[in-house]
Amino acid sequence: MRKGQYRFVAGFLLAPLALYLIFVIWPYVQTIGYSFTDWKGQSQTFSFVGLDNYKALFQDDVFMGAIWHNILFLVFIPVITILLALFFAFMVNAGGRGRAGGVQGVAGSGFYKIVYFFPQVLSLAIVAVLFGALYRSDSGGLLNGILIKLGLVDADNPIEWMNEPHLVLWCLMAVVVWHGVGFYLVLFSAAMQSVPRDIYEAALLDGASRTHTFFRVTLPLLWDTVQTAWVYLGIIAMDMFVLVSTMTQGTGYGGGPDHHSEVMANVMMRNFLYYGKSGYACAMGVIMLLLTLVLSVVTLRATRRERIEF
Amino acid sequence: MGSTSAENSSAEGVGRRDLIKRSAALGLISVPTMSFLSACASGGGDDSSGDKGKDKGKGKTSKTNPFGVEKGGKLDVVVFKGGYGDDYAKAWEASFDKKWGTTSAHTGTQEITGKLQPRFNGGNPPDIVDDSGAQQIKLDVLFKNGNLLDLAAVLDAPSIDDPAKKVRDTLIPGTLDPGLQGGKVVALNYIYTVWGLWYSGKLFKEKGWEVPKTWDDFLAICKDAKSQGIGGLAHQGKYPYYINVAIMDLIAKQGGLDAMKAIDNLDPKAFVGSDAAAAAIDAIYEVVEKGYLMPGTNALTHTESQTRWNQYKAAFITCGSWLENEQLKQTPTDFDMKFMPMPSLSGDKLPFEAIRAGSGEPFIIPAKAGNLPGAQEFMRSMLSKEWSTLFAQKANSLTILKDGVSDGVQLRPGTQSTVDASKAAGDNTFNYLYPNWYSEMDVSIQNASNELMSKRIQPKEWLKRAQAAVDKAAKDPASKKNHRD
Repeated sequence: MRKGQYRFVAGFLLAPLALYLIFVIWPYVQTIGYSFTDWKGQSQTFSFVGLDNYKALFQDDVFMGAIWHNILFLVFIPVITILLALFFAFMVNAGGRGRAGGVQGVAGSGFYKIVYFFPQVLSLAIVAVLFGALYRSDSGGLLNGILIKLGLVDADNPIEWMNEPHLVLWCLMAVVVWHGVGFYLVLFSAAMQSVPRDIYEAALLDGASRTHTFFRVTLPLLWDTVQTAWVYLGIIAMDMFVLVSTMTQGTGYGGGPDHHSEVMANVMMRNFLYYGKSGYACAMGVIMLLLTLVLSVVTLRATRRERIEF
Repeated sequence: MGSTSAENSSAEGVGRRDLIKRSAALGLISVPTMSFLSACASGGGDDSSGDKGKDKGKGKTSKTNPFGVEKGGKLDVVVFKGGYGDDYAKAWEASFDKKWGTTSAHTGTQEITGKLQPRFNGGNPPDIVDDSGAQQIKLDVLFKNGNLLDLAAVLDAPSIDDPAKKVRDTLIPGTLDPGLQGGKVVALNYIYTVWGLWYSGKLFKEKGWEVPKTWDDFLAICKDAKSQGIGGLAHQGKYPYYINVAIMDLIAKQGGLDAMKAIDNLDPKAFVGSDAAAAAIDAIYEVVEKGYLMPGTNALTHTESQTRWNQYKAAFITCGSWLENEQLKQTPTDFDMKFMPMPSLSGDKLPFEAIRAGSGEPFIIPAKAGNLPGAQEFMRSMLSKEWSTLFAQKANSLTILKDGVSDGVQLRPGTQSTVDASKAAGDNTFNYLYPNWYSEMDVSIQNASNELMSKRIQPKEWLKRAQAAVDKAAKDPASKKNHRD
C-alpha cells in the first residue's frame, strides 16, 4: 500500500466499526449477560443465577416444541417456495413452445411476472389480516364459505383452521409460501435471463425436453441464486414471529391451540414481556442465535458446488 | 537504511505507535464487553432516582393539598386507548391543569408495553399510567421489580367531595382487591365491571325466551335456539380468557367463595378433588357435547364473535361490562343489550343473583415518577364525583366511586342492566385475583379451556391440567407473597 493509505482506510472504517459494535454486537453481548440472570425486565435489579436458565430451557416442553416447529418450517418452507418459484420462473422465461429455435416464456408471461410479485408488496401484517379472513373459523371465512357451499363441510361444524392442531402449521406455511414465491420468481427470472440463449438453443437442437432443459441446464446455472434464496428462506423459517403472534390462538403472542404453533420467537416474547421472565427469555434468544448461526453455516456448506462459468 | 523506528512512522505509513493508538481506541469500545455482567447491573437505570423523585416538586402540604403539589409543575399521563377511548383522560387533564397550573403531557396508546417498558427500565417512567389492554405490563411483574407506588397515601387522604371521609371509604367495597400485590394496594382499578352472560332483549322477546335461572333452563334455550338455526353460546375463542370467565363463575357459584379462594391461594385441591370444579366443568362441557356452541366460535376473535352475536347468530355470549361500549357501532339500535348472571347449577352455594364484580382498568403510579405529589393528587381527583361523572359521560361506564354519577346522566340499556344486576346481587359478589397474580398459570388454564371447548380433551383432563398449572405456580418462590382470606 502507498504511504498514509492505512491511516486513511482505518480512519474511515473506525466509525462504522464503532457503530456496528455498539448497535449490533453490544446488544448480543448484553443478551448473553442477561441470560445468566433472573432479570424480570422492568428494572435493573436482578441476581446472577449461572446456567439455571439454560437448564430450565431444556426441560421446557413448550420451547422444545417450538424448536421442532421451527425445524419443520426450515425443512418445508425453503423447499416448497424454491420449487414453486423455480417452476414458475422457468415457465415464464423458457417454458414456451420453441418456435423456430426461439426460447421464450409461456403466453402472457409478462403479465404473470407482475401478478406473482403482488404479494411481496404487501406487508406481513396485511397478509395476516387477509389470511385471517380466508381461514376464519365460521361460514364467514372464504375457505369455509366455499367448502360449505360445495357441501363438503357441515355448516354447523366448520373447519376451525387455526384451531386444528394438525392443520395450523401447514396453514401458516401456506401464507409464507404465498407471500414469498413471487419474489423468488423474479429473482430466478433475472438469473435465468443472464443465461446465454445459445445454451438453450443448443439444448433444443439436441432435442432436449423441457424437463431435461430445466434439470440439466437451468438449475445448475442458477445454483448460486438458489443457494442465496435458501439462506434467506431459512432465516424466515427460523423467525415466523409476526404470523404466529397475530394469526394463531392464545393469550400472549398466540402459539395455540395448546402450543401447537409455537415458534421460538413468540415463546421468547411471551416469557420476556408477558410472564416477566426476561432473563429466561434472553437465554432463549441466545439459543436462537446459535441455532441460526449453525444452520446458516450448514446450509452454505451443504449446498456448496463447483461454480459453472458461462 | 538501518532500523525503522517509531519516530519516522510519518514517513513509513502507519507506524507502531499509531497502531497502538488505534487499537487502544478499539479497546475502549470492547472493554465493556469483558465486564458485561457488571455492566448489566449498572447499565440502564439509575436505581437511586426513586428517592430523588419523592422530593422533586414537593411543596407545602395543606388540607386541600395533602400531597403538596407545586403550582406550575409537569405531569406525564399515559392511558390505554382501548374500548373506553382516551377522551375522558383529556378532560381530566384539562381540569387538573386549570386547578394546579400544571402542564400535562398526554399519551393515549395501545402499545403500553412497547412504549413504557424501556422507560421503566431506564428509570424515567411517566407519573400516572392506565396500564391496561392486551399489551398491558403485567402488574405482578412490575410489583416484583419494585416499580409500583403503594397507594395507601392516596386512599387514606381526605376525599375531595367530603373531606371528613377518607378516599378509601367512598369506594364500592371490594373494588380495591384486584390491585393488591403482596398485601398492598399498588394499582387502582378504576372502572367498575361485572362479568357474566349477555343476550339481546329483542331476540328473547321475539322467541318468547325467559332469562334462564338454572342451567337446565339455559340448556333448554340453547336447544331451542339450535333448532331454529341460531347458535346457543358464543365465546371469543381466539382468546380463551372469555370462556374462563364462564367456567370460573360456575365454580365460584357452585362451591362458594371458598372454592374461589382455593384457586387464588393455589390450594393443592383447587381443581382435582374439588366437587365444585368438577360440577362446573361438566356443565360447560355439556354445552360442547350437545353442539350448542355457535359454529366456529372456538377460533373467532373477540370482535368477530361479538359481532356475530350482534347479528343474532347466537343467543348468549360471555363477556364483561365493557362489551356495550366495545360494540357500539356493531349493535343494531333495537338490539336491547342485556346482562345476566351465570345460571345456577343444582346445589349452588351462591344464589342466582351472585355475580363476578370488580374493578378493571388498573391505574398505577410508578415508584420513580418524576412528579409524585402531582400523580397522587391526580388519582385523588379521579375519585371525586366530578371526575367520575366526566368518565361516565365520555366512556359509557361506571367507576368504583359509590354513586359516582350525577343523577342527570342517561345510561345505555346494557349499562343500565349491569347497574340493576349489581343492585340485585348486593353483597353476593366475588372476583378472582389469580389472573393478576399468576400470569403463567392463567395462560395454562386458558389453553386447557380452549382444548375442552374444541372437544379435544374431556372434563377430567381439564381438571388435571388446571391443577398442574396451580401446582406449578405454587412452586414459584414469588407466589408466597400473595394470599387472600
